[in-house]
Amino acid sequence: MIRFEDVSFAYGANPVLRDVSFHVAPGETVVVFGVSGSGKSTILKLVSGLIKPQRGRILINGEDMTGARESTWRRVRPRIGFVFQGGALFDSMTVGENIGYTLLEHTDRPLDEVEATVREALRFLNLSEDLIDLLPDSLSGGMQRRVAIGRAVAAVDPWIMLYDEPTTGLDPISTKAIAEMIVKLRDVKGVSSIVVTHQIADAFEVTDHFIVLNDGRVVLDGDGAALVRSDHPDVRAFLSPFIDSVRALPGMHIE
Amino acid sequence: MLALTSILRRFAWDVQELTYYSGRLAARLFGRPFYGFEVLEQMYFLGVGSLFLVVLTGVFAGQGMALQFSIELADFGSKNYLGRVMVIAIVRELGPVLTGLMVAARVAAGITAELGSMKSSEQIDALVAFGVDPIRKLAVPRFWAIFIMMPVLTIICDFVGLAGGYMIAVYISHISGAAYWTNVVNKLNLGNLIIGLGKPFLFAVIVATISTFMGFRTVGGTKGVGRSTTDSVVACSITILFVNFLFTRILVPHLKGLL
Repeated sequence: MIRFEDVSFAYGANPVLRDVSFHVAPGETVVVFGVSGSGKSTILKLVSGLIKPQRGRILINGEDMTGARESTWRRVRPRIGFVFQGGALFDSMTVGENIGYTLLEHTDRPLDEVEATVREALRFLNLSEDLIDLLPDSLSGGMQRRVAIGRAVAAVDPWIMLYDEPTTGLDPISTKAIAEMIVKLRDVKGVSSIVVTHQIADAFEVTDHFIVLNDGRVVLDGDGAALVRSDHPDVRAFLSPFIDSVRALPGMHIE
Repeated sequence: MLALTSILRRFAWDVQELTYYSGRLAARLFGRPFYGFEVLEQMYFLGVGSLFLVVLTGVFAGQGMALQFSIELADFGSKNYLGRVMVIAIVRELGPVLTGLMVAARVAAGITAELGSMKSSEQIDALVAFGVDPIRKLAVPRFWAIFIMMPVLTIICDFVGLAGGYMIAVYISHISGAAYWTNVVNKLNLGNLIIGLGKPFLFAVIVATISTFMGFRTVGGTKGVGRSTTDSVVACSITILFVNFLFTRILVPHLKGLL
């Protein structure tokens, strides 16, 4: 579904990704770990075409999107749901308008049909339908993230979901609700997902495929067992602050 | 010397970026989708919202000019020509320039701050990620709204400026109202109308292009939004004054027969 082949990207003279390669299969969820500035969010921006790689190839659904024209991106983007760090909800629009935004923008569906889809999305997200007319500012952080997920999934049946630190700054209950939402979306809609996060313990709840980035390079691409057994110094250094919570996970044992 | 080179290089880079952005904006002005509701919303916001400011500016500028001119004209025994001088001052110069500056101060600041905040909070990226062209969605409606409303506001500013001059003419300089308005109407010839109504269209292009450009390229969070907003108002104001000079310098000699 998503394939990176030797992708490099730099902001000006500052290299962010160097020869990054990985593959996300259809219906699979991949979690990307890494310290701040390691290039995690840049991967999501490259997948959605917000930025272009300087080297390498990016394939989505078998189509080479590396040098794709804007018209090709306009066709593909509505099928990619992007949950931004902090939500990035349109603050001058209500919750309902945010969730129904892509439908209003890209389809000719009548308003009552869009409203029905929005209400269905709110129920799917375990949010009250009474929120539909509220502005994002009046919601809690956890609710805003869930509305952001709703905006992404209410689009035209997404192929891909991208989550940029979806649980950062949230309380444990909201974090668990978001993690469950990611799993539910994968199971119900069968979307391929990339989740960028620092929350290692929660990441184990959503997938068993992990990528660890350090200094713009992939230093690990494997399952949970490979992650905890890795003797790569960068992986060990990244895992060490979370060692207790990882050790507590079922089936995980670190020597 | 090094600092000067750096400033000049930065300026050249900014001009290049602005030129590239202007081309992208121009290419989207007539295409689809066209966000008509947003145009009307922006017209209301900048038209009705700026009306009070423009009326106040026009009245006070007109009265100030009329006071100054009537004293000078009285020395030559030409007080009755106040209306003619007021048309030159208000319709040709002050009306368009003051309206342009007021719109730059109020509307350009608002547009840059709004788009800059959207950029900082990743709302612009979200639009792109959901397959929406932010220039078409955000910049084009604002462009058309300013392009339509700037001449309307200028005409209102001209009218209240001349009306302000009338008050001074009648109640302070003791000129007959009929003489004042006759002179005004006689001087409102084709040449003055072309100059006075041509400028607001140019100023609208300047305000719409610069304010949206500065908003889209905002970086640096809240502080960046503040910096972009200030830069936007300064750039719009200076460009309006410079283009006003160029327009007058180039067009007035060619329109001499019509003035």
